[in-house]
Amino acid sequence: MTLFGRRIPMMTSLIFWLLVWEIVGRLEVMFLIPPITSIVAAGLNLVQTASWQSASLITLRAFIYGMALAIVVGVPLGVLMGRVRVIDNIFGLWVNMFVSAPLSALVPILMILFGMGETTVVVTVFLFAVWIIVLDARAGVMQAPTSLIEMGRSYGASRWTIFTKIILLSALPEILAGIRIGLIRGVKGVVIGQILVSIIGYGELFELYSRSFDMERFWALTMLLFAAAMLLSAGVEHFEKRIEYYAGVR
Amino acid sequence: MANSALARSGSVKAASSNDAVVQVRDVCKNYGDIEALRGINLEFERGNLTTLLGPSGCGKTTLLKIIAGLVPATSGEIRVNGRAVTAPGPERAFVFQDFALMPWATVLRNIGFGLELKGVTAAERDRTARRYIEQVGLAGFEQKYPHELSGGMRQRVGIARAFAVNADVLLLDEPFSAVDEQNRRKFQEDLLRLVELEKKTFIFVTHSIEEAVYVSDRIVLLSPRPGRVSQIIDPMIDRTASPDDIRRDAVYLDVVEEIWQGLRQYAE
Repeated sequence: MTLFGRRIPMMTSLIFWLLVWEIVGRLEVMFLIPPITSIVAAGLNLVQTASWQSASLITLRAFIYGMALAIVVGVPLGVLMGRVRVIDNIFGLWVNMFVSAPLSALVPILMILFGMGETTVVVTVFLFAVWIIVLDARAGVMQAPTSLIEMGRSYGASRWTIFTKIILLSALPEILAGIRIGLIRGVKGVVIGQILVSIIGYGELFELYSRSFDMERFWALTMLLFAAAMLLSAGVEHFEKRIEYYAGVR
Repeated sequence: MANSALARSGSVKAASSNDAVVQVRDVCKNYGDIEALRGINLEFERGNLTTLLGPSGCGKTTLLKIIAGLVPATSGEIRVNGRAVTAPGPERAFVFQDFALMPWATVLRNIGFGLELKGVTAAERDRTARRYIEQVGLAGFEQKYPHELSGGMRQRVGIARAFAVNADVLLLDEPFSAVDEQNRRKFQEDLLRLVELEKKTFIFVTHSIEEAVYVSDRIVLLSPRPGRVSQIIDPMIDRTASPDDIRRDAVYLDVVEEIWQGLRQYAE
């Protein structure tokens, strides 16, 4: 970016807003906004506490279980929907409904079904992540080029070989994109699930800090979560870029 | 127009020659109410390059795909080496208009893919693939991916893949239409060289009259809606001459002109 003919370093905007935050915090305009330096200090202090560490473990575990389930169910279901008309007709409506539905509203029902514990959080992560994974896998499979499939047929490939060696590989970029978006949605799911259940993991901590007006720690925890979600997404994106040989057809 | 250099048969002959690799008998194709092909009877002789030429909508690609076994005929039959066929088989190889290369596979793997599907060992198919990479002029590009190649080079991969399976019949569906004009000419010359070298039967679909006359031993003119055989022309061009001389040759120019006269009624 350039301003008045001068090149501005990439992080300028971030630094600028952090500075504004610091000044507002120092002026003590609102107790909601403590200075950024004290948030960072609180954050450094926070990550050393046993309560944060165990909360992180619980959160991470629920996230991993939920995501693993979402991928294991979502990718095959999407692939099947893309290949088999009947399955697409059975699930299509539901998937499209759930992908845009406000799922947070369902969490109280999940609590009744699965109890006030980790299971509910795992199911929430699953429900947040799975639909977009299904839809993207389906789209990827359906977009497999006709001429590539004809190529497979004309060189004597069986239906199964065409499926594994051509259709699945053509769908890979879409499947990965679905998983990346699913991961981001899953982070939302784990936080919302825990906050609503509110007695485990980060939900418990958020509840604790906001009730005791411990804004430094509250913000520190929020920022840690943001950073984690962005890192996760960047990680998958990096992996997506590594399969650059798709560049020509996309 | 009487030209002694042109041997032609205006009518469509029934099976006569024993050396026909591919026989098309009474093939019709309907898409719903639309009649795409009507009563096609053709023979393709071993070692010849035959072109299916016609305006868009004449069903030339459909006919080629029926011969390939990719599209079922509504009625009629296709015989390859005397046997009726309804599905793709190892004696036919197809070259696609849009190349149909796997973007996730290297040039080497793409060219060896037909062999891979046949269960040929990796070492064996690499050896074969490398030989054809050499022949189509792609040496040095073995480990490149399709997106790193130009359109012309991609089609060379498609052609090498078809050669690598050692089929008797090569079916080429407008293989040069996505290639720019300069490369197209080079391609046509290379194709003639490969026809000479490989002694295979080629069935070639194009909408370019010049291209058809330049490369073909025989040209089948199809008329549109429904697709029928309207004329069969044997250009009889002396191919020992240099490419530039052929393109200035009187016979070449006459055949081009004659085909154009036959087709102009279909031009809008």
